Amino acid sequence: MNKSDYKGVYVFAEQRDGKIQSVALELLGKARVLADKLGEEVVAFFPGYKNTESAKELVAWGADKVVVMDAPELEHYLTEQYSQAMSQAIDKYKPSIVLLGATTIGRDLGPRLASRLGTGLTADCTALDISEERELLMTRPAFGGNLMATIMCTEHRPQMSTVRPGVMQKGTRDENRKGEIENFAPVFDASKFKVKLVESVKENKGKVDITEAKILVSGGRGVGNPEGFAKLQALADVIGAQVSSSRAMVDAGVMPHEVQVGQTGKTVRPALYMACGISGAIQHLAGMEESDFIIAINKDKFAPIFGVADVGIVGDVHKIIPMLTEKLSKMIVKK
Amino acid sequence: MDFELTKSQKLFQQMIREFAEKEVKPIAAEVDEEEKFPTENVKKLGKLGVMGIPTPKNYGGAGGDHVMYTIAVEELSRVCATTGVIVSAHTSLCEDAILDNGTEEQKQKYLPKLASGEWIGAFGLTEPNAGTDASAQQTMAVEDGDDYILNGTKIFITNAGEADVYVIATMTDKSKGNKGITTFIVEATTPGFSIGKKEHKMGIRGSATCELIFENCRVPKANMLGKLGGGFAVAMKTLDGGRIGIAAQALGIAQGAMDETVKYCKERKQFGKSLSQFQNTQFQLADLQTKIEAARYLVRAAAWKKDQGMPFSADAAMAKLFAAETAMEMTTKAVQFHGGYGYTREYPVERMMRDAKITEIYEGTSEVQRMVIAGKLFKK
Amino acid sequence: MNIVVCVKQVPDTTVVKIDPVKNTLIREGVPSIMNPDDKGGLELALQLKEKCGANVTVITMGPPQADLVLREAFAMGADRAILLTSRAFAGADTLATSNALAGAMRAIPYDLIITGRQAIDGDTAQVGPEMAEHLHLPQVSYVVDCEYKGGNNYRVKKETEDGYEILDVEGPAVFTVLASGYKARYMNVRGIVEAFEREVEIWTEQNIDVDASKLGLKGSPTKVKQAFPKQTKAAGQVYELEPEQAVDVIITRMKEKFLI
Repeated sequence: MNKSDYKGVYVFAEQRDGKIQSVALELLGKARVLADKLGEEVVAFFPGYKNTESAKELVAWGADKVVVMDAPELEHYLTEQYSQAMSQAIDKYKPSIVLLGATTIGRDLGPRLASRLGTGLTADCTALDISEERELLMTRPAFGGNLMATIMCTEHRPQMSTVRPGVMQKGTRDENRKGEIENFAPVFDASKFKVKLVESVKENKGKVDITEAKILVSGGRGVGNPEGFAKLQALADVIGAQVSSSRAMVDAGVMPHEVQVGQTGKTVRPALYMACGISGAIQHLAGMEESDFIIAINKDKFAPIFGVADVGIVGDVHKIIPMLTEKLSKMIVKK
Repeated sequence: MDFELTKSQKLFQQMIREFAEKEVKPIAAEVDEEEKFPTENVKKLGKLGVMGIPTPKNYGGAGGDHVMYTIAVEELSRVCATTGVIVSAHTSLCEDAILDNGTEEQKQKYLPKLASGEWIGAFGLTEPNAGTDASAQQTMAVEDGDDYILNGTKIFITNAGEADVYVIATMTDKSKGNKGITTFIVEATTPGFSIGKKEHKMGIRGSATCELIFENCRVPKANMLGKLGGGFAVAMKTLDGGRIGIAAQALGIAQGAMDETVKYCKERKQFGKSLSQFQNTQFQLADLQTKIEAARYLVRAAAWKKDQGMPFSADAAMAKLFAAETAMEMTTKAVQFHGGYGYTREYPVERMMRDAKITEIYEGTSEVQRMVIAGKLFKK
Repeated sequence: MNIVVCVKQVPDTTVVKIDPVKNTLIREGVPSIMNPDDKGGLELALQLKEKCGANVTVITMGPPQADLVLREAFAMGADRAILLTSRAFAGADTLATSNALAGAMRAIPYDLIITGRQAIDGDTAQVGPEMAEHLHLPQVSYVVDCEYKGGNNYRVKKETEDGYEILDVEGPAVFTVLASGYKARYMNVRGIVEAFEREVEIWTEQNIDVDASKLGLKGSPTKVKQAFPKQTKAAGQVYELEPEQAVDVIITRMKEKFLI
């Protein structure tokens, strides 16, 4: 293998029901930074069906080129169909770097591809950079977030990584950006299609996605019970926030899993994260410490959450939150 | 000499601890508060083989040993002393009694169902006028053809009402005193057998403790456990084994109270320091943990001796005496460390203190244990 | 039916601590457990065994002491256990691990291969799919339910971020299972007693037909360049105030940031 044959930072532009996923745009944002350091281009692999129009969107978010793979086989994600398309595209375009979202799709496709291509893959990266030797530096949490590891893949190409949604920042959308849109037609071997989609069910439709919230009021053990969370909800209603939860309260059955923040829940980076009665276990911090502004309220002044909070309040959430809600609601009504 | 648990004992400890944490602990307060027999968990324990740990495989048991059995009772009692005593009374007082004294026919008939937990076992010795002095038995068994007819009353019987099989001590010949005692296996469905008053207790409130009433209860001769007139020996031997179980229960209660206290002392702050940073806390808990560990060695040594077929009567008495008194001391201190909170039902230590007390009383009071130990000292 | 389940022994990461000087795990006092998703996978295999009769083989790659998770699997109901252990496997990343496991699979009969979705010490979720690719088998990851439909056919439920998918699979196949889908049974006491009387087969690179260049450190395209404790950002200000003043501080700081 000649490493110099491999060029460009490629992003797997994940779509579901024709909708480009937010993580794809985040990856484009990061790919742009990496490609500029390398002086190479950002390319989006865009498999799907009857979705060619959306390719322009990927250009607007930072792609120099979009490789569209348009085929009925690619309408819904299925491992083998996508693996065939993507591996053929990678063989042809020879990317130096391939980034995928660490979604249920990216984490299914990524290892399948890496194995087919005989290259390395680093999962769930939280930071990506380029070394002086122009190699990709992939940093990820290990051992439940207790340790960070920087991983390299120097002898194989492409260098592949999955990145958790919500970790990288999108670039700025620019409709006037120019980019190439190119079609690539994979040749499918249908004899290998052994998995058929019977039904795809969306359960959370209409429910809130905490990763999209601008303000999160998050509760932990110190909030304790549904009554406690009702107090948080009252505050959230006043300031237009969503309520999220620590793992402890999800495990206790007080809050549903989809609002769990942390290592085994979701990674969030809202403008304001208000941690109420959350001690701040390392697994929780992993999911929220990139928030723009963090206010923590906790009885225990030694709680680790205060280590990442911009504003720490030592006190009882059950007293402070209702008072805060009342005062803010008066202020906001006055306006 | 080897003080390590075997690999299978360790693996078993991992399993039963997980079961205790996940299945037993969450309902322990409710079981106590509502005096509720934990039927579901007992069934689950039966399916897993915990209701027949030392029973050989050919009788449907797990083929384990008594050390494992003490681990089970300890780990269960660590979170819920009620569940601990249910397993202990069932295993030691009924299953082991039949295994050690039964005919091949009796073993084939009763052990598989007991070991699988399909049937629960109990043991009836105590009567209103025959507690520590077992020879004062008034429940009479009179021979009648192929049967014996039982009349009388037993009290304070653990698992009563829930059990399907009872090992019952009776008087077959009053003139012979202890030598006139005979034990029988009585099935709960036998006509003339009924359950009397249920006790409302200070602790182990989820365990059923009731009166047994025998009114012309006809039991086949084939159900005689041991020889005619051999009942006192059967009962004493059975109680020796039972004491190992109760010692393990006391040990579990003590360790459970210690766990809670350590957790609380780390969290609770006074005068700007956590309680665990005070030397008074550290020294008191160090002394108590030393006693708990000593009790653990006594318990396991007694169980090991039983498994080896060695005499273990005094060992079981020492284990029970020391573990029970340690449990009482530990739980009392646990409440003290918790302060006002410890006296409320918000924390489990007050329950543990109530549960601990019975371990100094049943299956031979601490005084009886001292008699047994002293008896051995002065025998020669 | 022959079902092979891959399990891994992992340190219980909920109690792991890091040596702040050496940046390594402090393993002392940290219990080793069967990886939770793998345990869920074993549960699925045992349920299939109960329903339709199957021979369940468990396989693990690790140091000699990983033997213990195989004993645990025996005590849960597994029929056969293989421990892949050798210095040749040391330092393997996910690709090298998947190569070794795929090699072992080729040496035993299987109709279905089950792994956990991911291990809690690495959280990569890669070994299962990478192994499936080596074996040219279809895969379904994030499986929370599986129904055997006779022949070589399965209907599985796969969890996704916003719901689930129902998929029909023609085996042999690889499923990676979520612990949340299969609550693992407890070990059985008799099983525990017997677990140590049974044989765990010890396999090395000699037992599998895989090129040495694809195993262990040599076969690993990714290398750890450095490990370091998580950098947390500098702490802000912590206030110890009466609730009224605390509320005022919060409001002031929110205004500064234009959050209200």
